[in-house]
Amino acid sequence: MEYIIEMLNITKEFPGIIANDNITLRLKKGEILALLGENGAGKSTLMSVLFGLYQPEKGTIKVKGEEVKINGPVMANALGIGMVHQHFKLVHNFTVLQNIILGVETVSGGFLKMEEARQRVIELSDKYHLHVDPDAYIQDISVGMQQRVEILKMLYKNNEILIFDEPTAVLTPQEIDELMNIMRNLVKEGKSILFITHKLNEIKAVANRCSVLRRGKYIGTVDVAATEKEEMSEMMVGRKVNFKVDKTEAQPGDTVLKISNLTVNSKQKGNKKPLVHDVSFEVKKGEIVSIAGIDGNGQSELIEAITGLLKNDHGKIELSGQDITKEKIRYRNTHGLSHIPEDRHKHGLVLDYSVEDNLVLQEYFTEKYQKGGFIKRKPIRENANKLIEEYDIRSGQGAITTTRSMSGGNQQKVIIAREINRKPDLLIAVQPTRGLDVGAIESVHKQLVKERDRGSAVILVSFELDEVMNLSDRILVMYEGEIVANLNPKDVSIQELGLYMAGSKRGKA
Amino acid sequence: MDKIRNGKRNISINLGLISSIFAIVIGLLVGFVILLISNPAQAVDGFTTILTGALSEGMKGIGQVLYYATPIICTGLSVGFAFKTGLFNIGASGQFTIGAFAAVAVGILCSNLGSVHWIVALIAAVFAGAIWALIPGILKAMVNINEVIACIMTNYIGMYLVNWLVKDTPALFNKVENRSKPVASTAIIPKAGLNKIFAGSYVNLGIVIAIAAAIIIYVVLTKTTFGFELRAVGFNRDASKYAGINEKKSIMLSMAISGALAGLGGGLFYLAGSGQYIEVVDELASAGFDGISVALLGLSHPLGILLAAIFVAYIKQGGFYLQLFEFSNEIIDIIIAVIIYFSAFSMIVRTFITKRSHRKRENDTTHMPDSASPQIPSPLHQPIPGEKPGRDAVGDLSETNENGGEQK
Repeated sequence: MEYIIEMLNITKEFPGIIANDNITLRLKKGEILALLGENGAGKSTLMSVLFGLYQPEKGTIKVKGEEVKINGPVMANALGIGMVHQHFKLVHNFTVLQNIILGVETVSGGFLKMEEARQRVIELSDKYHLHVDPDAYIQDISVGMQQRVEILKMLYKNNEILIFDEPTAVLTPQEIDELMNIMRNLVKEGKSILFITHKLNEIKAVANRCSVLRRGKYIGTVDVAATEKEEMSEMMVGRKVNFKVDKTEAQPGDTVLKISNLTVNSKQKGNKKPLVHDVSFEVKKGEIVSIAGIDGNGQSELIEAITGLLKNDHGKIELSGQDITKEKIRYRNTHGLSHIPEDRHKHGLVLDYSVEDNLVLQEYFTEKYQKGGFIKRKPIRENANKLIEEYDIRSGQGAITTTRSMSGGNQQKVIIAREINRKPDLLIAVQPTRGLDVGAIESVHKQLVKERDRGSAVILVSFELDEVMNLSDRILVMYEGEIVANLNPKDVSIQELGLYMAGSKRGKA
Repeated sequence: MDKIRNGKRNISINLGLISSIFAIVIGLLVGFVILLISNPAQAVDGFTTILTGALSEGMKGIGQVLYYATPIICTGLSVGFAFKTGLFNIGASGQFTIGAFAAVAVGILCSNLGSVHWIVALIAAVFAGAIWALIPGILKAMVNINEVIACIMTNYIGMYLVNWLVKDTPALFNKVENRSKPVASTAIIPKAGLNKIFAGSYVNLGIVIAIAAAIIIYVVLTKTTFGFELRAVGFNRDASKYAGINEKKSIMLSMAISGALAGLGGGLFYLAGSGQYIEVVDELASAGFDGISVALLGLSHPLGILLAAIFVAYIKQGGFYLQLFEFSNEIIDIIIAVIIYFSAFSMIVRTFITKRSHRKRENDTTHMPDSASPQIPSPLHQPIPGEKPGRDAVGDLSETNENGGEQK
């Protein structure tokens, strides 16, 4: 079978490091090829080479059998190569249609000819089952639809080779399924897809073949149907990865968190429906309780009410038997509550602070780090060095590295180290593994289980259903601000959980 | 590791210094061009005078430089402190004026305080400035009103309020000259022997107070938990709230301290015993705006501000002697303003240098050879510190392409 893209023996070096070491990647026409690798394995460099942003030291690129020298993204596009970025490139106050034609407008005498464009967009969206509303504004549509707009943008430009860069990171499970169908349709219509990801389930679901990179080296290409997940992950990480989280039966002890009739009203005017409605539950020492649900069903608000970031309008929050409903955030932080926040850049870190300063963000005022109002630098540095060692936080300059310059995975490790190091009674982890690779995910999971076994109560909020199923001892499902089910992961299948999350099934809370 | 660390620090300090010096040089060159246009025959002499005039009268000149530097050290610290805590205090001018009024009012009205009179007057100036800055501070913290807008309003309100108060209080107003009366002699800041060293100049204890303020601000910002909180809130209000810092209180305190510094500047200027009176004119105090350029030139670092303020005062003093040549007064003001405000370009120069070298530095710094999973620089993925992620490069370019592939 003919190859539509061949990247042969590509080598790209940077001072002190070989980012791509003799890598060969071949995409067949009409197939989905997965490109698998950990953070920093060289996937991005390889794509930059393909888009002409870097010129490789060695190696050649062939498109449809002809050797080409790509000197920039414009040329890559002219060759029919298009990319859907992980973070979409859309103009938020433009309509779907305007976004799609942006840069390739059909004009006559300086005026836009929108009707023709609209016709083509509608044709394309019918052909590939990409349902969009051409006149909706980007800011009003769901993330899933925004992604479909990105795909339509590529199709509108007649791109034949479609690159998806970690497309599922921002999607809900339902939207992921839909995307998988779209990808299958695209291939059926003769497009070729390069699918960059580190999620093995998705590779299993759609990809034909899978090329694996590890630390800049090409490890191999396998036929997905004939290869086990475990095998692929071993190729990627270089060691065996344990998917099944090793944990013993939970030994729930005393109640740590007790929520009674908690309600949070929407701050938006005219929105009468509460974001969190009359929620009551308990979390005990030594158990991991997941709060599952589709994004936007009140989980974030519930967590923010517990941590104090959001005021609750009604109800009571008790931590270790003490009413903390009216207490300030600092009081909660210093009385046994730790919180790994959903948005690590917004809440989790002061990005312009160093690692060591971020590691004491909730403790700088304690006796240990402060005397008479003056900061004690030495214990802060010692604390940082200890945690860097313990949690394997990698950064350019160690404790004094500005967190902004670090990779997302290592930023997350800083937060996790800080929160767990405080030995909380209640650990709230919201999306703790988002954007992390398999190896890092495994270690986060281990740490959460370890915290549970130490005797902490753990609340996990995650959109990864596998994570929810594997990690939790109990699952609470939230739908439209209410808890609609209280499940034991052993008695429920993922499909069933999905039904609860979608609101089509209700259990006893 | 220590070696690497020191190296890094040096690079960043050098970068700041280089960009500031570069900005000053550009400012001086543009100033020279203006001199050439207005009076080509005497341009070179005039330019030499700007650069060296302050030294022409020996110790007196230096004393005058320190005297002129005193208030703008304070306003520079005011603006710089606000910058460091994430706020843009463009209201230093109004706070300066209000502080000046408080100092003058106490200086005239409370004449029975004896030897502590000047201290009380200065304290009044500090509090008045703080309260004036607290208004935009409260608006920012409580209802999220941009402090720049609130500060501009308080500048004008402060100016007119002071004009009105001076004019309407017979005990303060000198009708003949349309300005405030002189303060009591006990309210004048002591010379503390500085008049002996710098004979003939107006320099006084004020410069020592201003330098002390710079040191205190430096210590507070870098060494205390209080400074840790203020800076954290400045960088990321949400994360500070998450960490349990009372971010509203921090914003208000930042503004109040910033205003206190500007107010102190006003007090030091009008209590110097140099024949300065509050003139009843509709003009914002320029010291507040000089503070902005001083803060920018000094990269918001208290010690940098100290040097920058002295430089600006030095140039101003040199400009004073430009009158010896056939330059009109306005031209002198323009040249001085050009030099000062080009100095504020240091930030732009710095950004420029950073951008040009960022790719090189990224490669050098983010890849420790001993790191087991090195991060690879990539225009697709690597975020540039302080900027939008670099991967935008691909998106932006690819979206401008004209009708991609031709087959369908």
